[in-house]
Amino acid sequence: MGRKPFNREIAIAGVAESDLGHGVSLSILQHQALAAKRALEDAGLRHTDVDAVMAVDFLGLPSLQIAEYLGIKPRFTDTTVTGGSAFENLVEHAALGIAAGLCEVVLITYGSTLWSDRRRVVEGGGVDPRMPAAQFETPYGDLSPIGAYALAAARHCYEFGTTPEQLAEVAVSTRNWAALNPRALHRDPITVEDVLQSPLIASPLHRLDCCVVTDGGGAVVVTSAERARDLRKPPVYVLGSAFSSTHLSISQMENLTQTGAFESGKSAMSMAGVKPSDIDVVEIYDSFTISVVCALEDLGFCPKGEGGRFVEGGRLGPGGELPTNTSGGGLSYNHPGAFGIFLIIEAVRQLRGECAARQAPGAELALVHGIGGWLSSHATLILGK
Amino acid sequence: MSEQTRPVPKPDRDSAYYWAAARRRELVFQQCNECGQFRFYPRSVCPFCLSEKFEWHKSLGRGAVYSFTVIHRAPTPAFRDRVPYVLALIDLPEGVRMMSNVIGCDPGSVQIGMPVTVDFEEVSDEISLPVFRPE
Repeated sequence: MGRKPFNREIAIAGVAESDLGHGVSLSILQHQALAAKRALEDAGLRHTDVDAVMAVDFLGLPSLQIAEYLGIKPRFTDTTVTGGSAFENLVEHAALGIAAGLCEVVLITYGSTLWSDRRRVVEGGGVDPRMPAAQFETPYGDLSPIGAYALAAARHCYEFGTTPEQLAEVAVSTRNWAALNPRALHRDPITVEDVLQSPLIASPLHRLDCCVVTDGGGAVVVTSAERARDLRKPPVYVLGSAFSSTHLSISQMENLTQTGAFESGKSAMSMAGVKPSDIDVVEIYDSFTISVVCALEDLGFCPKGEGGRFVEGGRLGPGGELPTNTSGGGLSYNHPGAFGIFLIIEAVRQLRGECAARQAPGAELALVHGIGGWLSSHATLILGK
Repeated sequence: MSEQTRPVPKPDRDSAYYWAAARRRELVFQQCNECGQFRFYPRSVCPFCLSEKFEWHKSLGRGAVYSFTVIHRAPTPAFRDRVPYVLALIDLPEGVRMMSNVIGCDPGSVQIGMPVTVDFEEVSDEISLPVFRPE
């Protein structure tokens, strides 16, 4: 069953990061405010044009807080708490709000001081004692969230013969993109051997299979296509979107080698009327190398179980057949805890042709895939010029 | 010393019976009275049919490793003297899966599909955690 398009054309008009990385002296709100200001400048809009705010951070009432901080009185808000995929989901919610006439210009923001706070394990460290995972996972020494992804990786290796070398290929390709991105945290090229020589954290995942930890913020401005056509930058259209969740805790995931990306990808692509072979550039939440391998399979870029072989030979890297995580990803560019918003920012820049040395050739159609929690929530966007 | 800061489950209305049984060295699962399905973790309604009627079933506690990872970096200081240890998902014949540890063997000897049997590890005066050993 195909999903119908939104009943108005929707576009992303502005994107920006705050200052990213280590040693950035900004608060959570300052990150969001800086990213919001830059994204509105990018769009050629003023804050008084914004009539909807959708914020996610680790503060209490984030949409109201950032709206107040920026002097915006929104008539529509949303705060979706589904982990790192929330921002792909929020673009969908923004589109629905705009299509229904509830708002016209939506500002989506995220900010975090994960690195400064040294909260290395944000989600596991934050398990509320009233949640089942606090009784049935945390007491076993689950190194969250790495443990969950390691369990998925181990099962993938067992079922399909995927190797640590193949997982490492994802880290290598992603680092090669980061080398071309002046904003990336780590820009020195690495080899498969470097990944395998880095300390084992949770087998089969090594340190370089895991995303970095930084401070940072991002903002995205969504509006109607009519409005976007009169703005500073060429519109990037939201052609398809879908969400799927199969579980929250990893022990409740029925099949560790098939994720919600299967449903969300199929649905978003059917809505946009496209197939994997049409996609020019891919941005997948690379919390860990295994996340990318699983998602590429489930999104249909290769058959189930072939992901390990598919990522070999630099296919995902610069000059490769399927440019993937062109910013350098969570693995090398930045990762302030919920990376989903940065996937959108990079995809928009790629489609506008703004990416200089790391520009994917002929980028007209992008797939953005957010993953949240413990492979728990999946949200796919199809964006086009 | 580190045991003092190790996270210990706090039984709630759903899980009090489960943890009391574990303290007696019994592994128990809820079985729905209406559709007959087993479920884990304990909860007040059946996730297959939403029935609130269930009985506690004592498991033989013999299962198999569905997946596992050897944790080399302790999540909190309480686990520092335990690394490397095996964090695993165990499939039980009742059709339920649970997270646990595989203990009593070299972490390097654990394999997916390996048969394991339940044991209990006292982590506080009230709580014993179901863990698994190779058969």
